[in-house]
Amino acid sequence: MHEMPITQSVLEIALRHAQQAGAQRILRITMRVGELSGIVPDSIQFYFDFVSRETMAEGAELVFNRLPGRFRCRDCNTEYEASRDDWLCPQCHGVQVEVLGGREFEVESIEVT
Amino acid sequence: MTTEIPVLEPILGANDAIAAEVRAFLNQRGILALDVLGAPGAGKTSVILGTVRALGGRVRAAVIEGDVASTVDARRVAAEGLPVVQINTGGGCHLDAPTVQGALQRLDLAGINLLFIENVGNLICPNAFSVGAQRRVVVASVPEGDDKPYKYPDMFRDSDVVLLNKVDLLPYVEFDLPAYRTLVRALNPDVAYFELCARSGEGLAAWADWLLTALAAART
Repeated sequence: MHEMPITQSVLEIALRHAQQAGAQRILRITMRVGELSGIVPDSIQFYFDFVSRETMAEGAELVFNRLPGRFRCRDCNTEYEASRDDWLCPQCHGVQVEVLGGREFEVESIEVT
Repeated sequence: MTTEIPVLEPILGANDAIAAEVRAFLNQRGILALDVLGAPGAGKTSVILGTVRALGGRVRAAVIEGDVASTVDARRVAAEGLPVVQINTGGGCHLDAPTVQGALQRLDLAGINLLFIENVGNLICPNAFSVGAQRRVVVASVPEGDDKPYKYPDMFRDSDVVLLNKVDLLPYVEFDLPAYRTLVRALNPDVAYFELCARSGEGLAAWADWLLTALAAART
């Protein structure tokens, strides 16, 4: 479980950008979270409520834009989307798969006043 | 009046930036560092010590030991005469780049050209946090079972080397070795894969040769 330090990073990034913009309050933080990033949004929400206390981000809404895991099968060349739970090729059930996307984990934008 | 500010910043960017500093520091000093990952009990420390023995006098090695608690591993390493620094994460599930950067300052690196960074025993969390090592090595072991690459694919995909340890236990454990080999290669076609037994020294010579080649390449 390392969602606590990760949540602090989210907060730091949001606060820095808000301060640069001269904002008063952060109302929303939107993140891009790939299905293969290993990040658990519920945990981030849980820790955020704690770490954001008495900052300008207190009470901000967290939005997680989930991006699917994207794979390509090296055996039959099928490109497909899948979760980390079931990543074998749906066509040939092969294991020779390459990850094309789904490991994103970034702060996309913040909404401020 | 609300304003939307685009950010587009990787959340682990701060760690990655320090990892890049660590890597530059190591490169500058001609040190090849290995981030050694694996489950608790896979034999990471034994593999490190066995590797150093197999390399004999051909390298000067040092070790950073990452554990949740205790200095058991550091004492084992020090008993072999190697420079070692112990990091206790106090519950933390992984090492990160700032911690390793701090440990490097406490380590006598004079003459060292090979650094083992033994990460916390864990097949999940260390994967997200680069520590700045140039190579990532997974130590897996036969008693863990042949299905671990299915269950922890990220760790196997993102590593440069997979060492299957405790092959002396193959006659006693249900472990489909050909299927395991196929799966490791499937997840990571470029991986360097070795089967060995740290306790007896079996298979360590081939892995030591690979390391010598990597060291020679790092010097040029």
